[in-house]
Amino acid sequence: MKEEDRLQERPPIEDFLRMDRIPHIWCPGCGIGTVVTSFAEALKKSELDLDKVAILSGIGCTGRVAGYVKLDSIHTTHGRALPVATGLKLANPELKVVVFSGDGDIAGIGGNHFIHAARRNMDILIICVNNFNYAMTGGQVAATTPIDANASTAPYGNFEYPFSLPYLAEASGATYVARWTALHLRRVTKSIQEALGKRGFSFIEVITPCVTLYARRNRLGDGLNLLKYYYEKSEIQHGADTRTLDISYQGKLIVGKFVDKEKPTFLDCMNEHLGKVLGDKYQPYGVYHDGD
Amino acid sequence: MKYFGDLKEKKGEIHIIKDRCKGCGFCVEYCPKDVLEMSEEFNIKGYHPPRIKNEDECLYCQLCETICPEFSIYVTLKKEEEKGEKGESRP
Ligand SMILES: Cc1ncc(C[n+]2csc(CCOP(=O)(O)OP(=O)(O)O)c2C)c(N)n1
Ligand code: SF4
Ligand code: SF4
Ligand code: SF4
Ligand SMILES: [Mg+2]
Repeated sequence: MKEEDRLQERPPIEDFLRMDRIPHIWCPGCGIGTVVTSFAEALKKSELDLDKVAILSGIGCTGRVAGYVKLDSIHTTHGRALPVATGLKLANPELKVVVFSGDGDIAGIGGNHFIHAARRNMDILIICVNNFNYAMTGGQVAATTPIDANASTAPYGNFEYPFSLPYLAEASGATYVARWTALHLRRVTKSIQEALGKRGFSFIEVITPCVTLYARRNRLGDGLNLLKYYYEKSEIQHGADTRTLDISYQGKLIVGKFVDKEKPTFLDCMNEHLGKVLGDKYQPYGVYHDGD
Repeated sequence: MKYFGDLKEKKGEIHIIKDRCKGCGFCVEYCPKDVLEMSEEFNIKGYHPPRIKNEDECLYCQLCETICPEFSIYVTLKKEEEKGEKGESRP
């Protein structure tokens, strides 16, 4: 078959993308696009009604995702994807609400929203692309930058203690916590699929190459070099104690599913509590049957 | 290669949208069957897209399709293989 004939069909992923916005802005070798494919694959496998799935992002390179994916989406302000997602979920509890954003957006400027959404066990899934820096704005130190890594605001290397995101998520109350790298294509898909099927606050960290800023400033090469690092230094440890997951500069990456438990969500608690206090006067809110 | 009964490997047909590619090399590096290679040609954006070296080896695992950050390569099942029992090569 000739090359021209083949192009008449289209990649299946195009059903999940707003093709008028493609090509995307991401750099050559940036891994965010790969994580988007894993996410689309999980959505497909989950067989959810896509009219009942909403995606939100904050600002950043990763924050562009909400604009590229063909779902109902909100591109919120920096750090505010979670409060908007909380509002959306409470206004329309039937929706499956997914936040897809960067480490800076979720754990830096949005850190307070993150811990409180987790504390309340909001029924939201977070996919957090951790590229160890504020990429979109020029590679500044983020809350996740490993000690000794170079960043534009740490020209002699970073000396601040970073957050370990799975530990933060679990300690704050998340009921599903996993960490993968962008290279764990099928594992990322499986994790997202699993979390989509759960109720409660789910958090999936995906360590992803930022070539133009993190890799370049640290002279780590290109996207392929970062994937090679993930391949060599990641170790799957399902159920690992989240206190043991610190990441050192170019050090070991412990990945896997660390937390998977059931706990009443914010709305469950609200309905239960108000039902108890108010009795028959109270109409339970947002209770759906069959696949809620 | 020997097959068990009628069980055959799936065969893929690879499609490359050259002008969308940014030449990262992920598909070439991670294809388990070494089916692809980078070309010297330039696409419209000035990157070198991959080209098919040996499509007969392609197992329809779709790894290239999943890893490509640009949504610029995908694989379909080779038509001839659609009948008969097939081995599941995709996890
Ligand atoms: C209130 C506010 N403060 C700062 C910024 C500038 N800003 C835009 S994106 C960004 C950091 C993004 O980092 P991250 O969330 O990790 O996303 P990445 O680009 O790394 O994917 C910052 C500081 C902003 N847009 N709004
Ligand atoms: S700056 Fe980094 S994170 Fe942003 S698109 Fe480029 S490689 Fe990706
Ligand atoms: S489908 Fe699998 S075997 Fe075929 S080219 Fe892609 S990665 Fe290689
Ligand atoms: S993975 Fe995609 S963008 Fe990268 S070289 Fe292959 S086709 Fe091009
Ligand atoms: Mg970042």
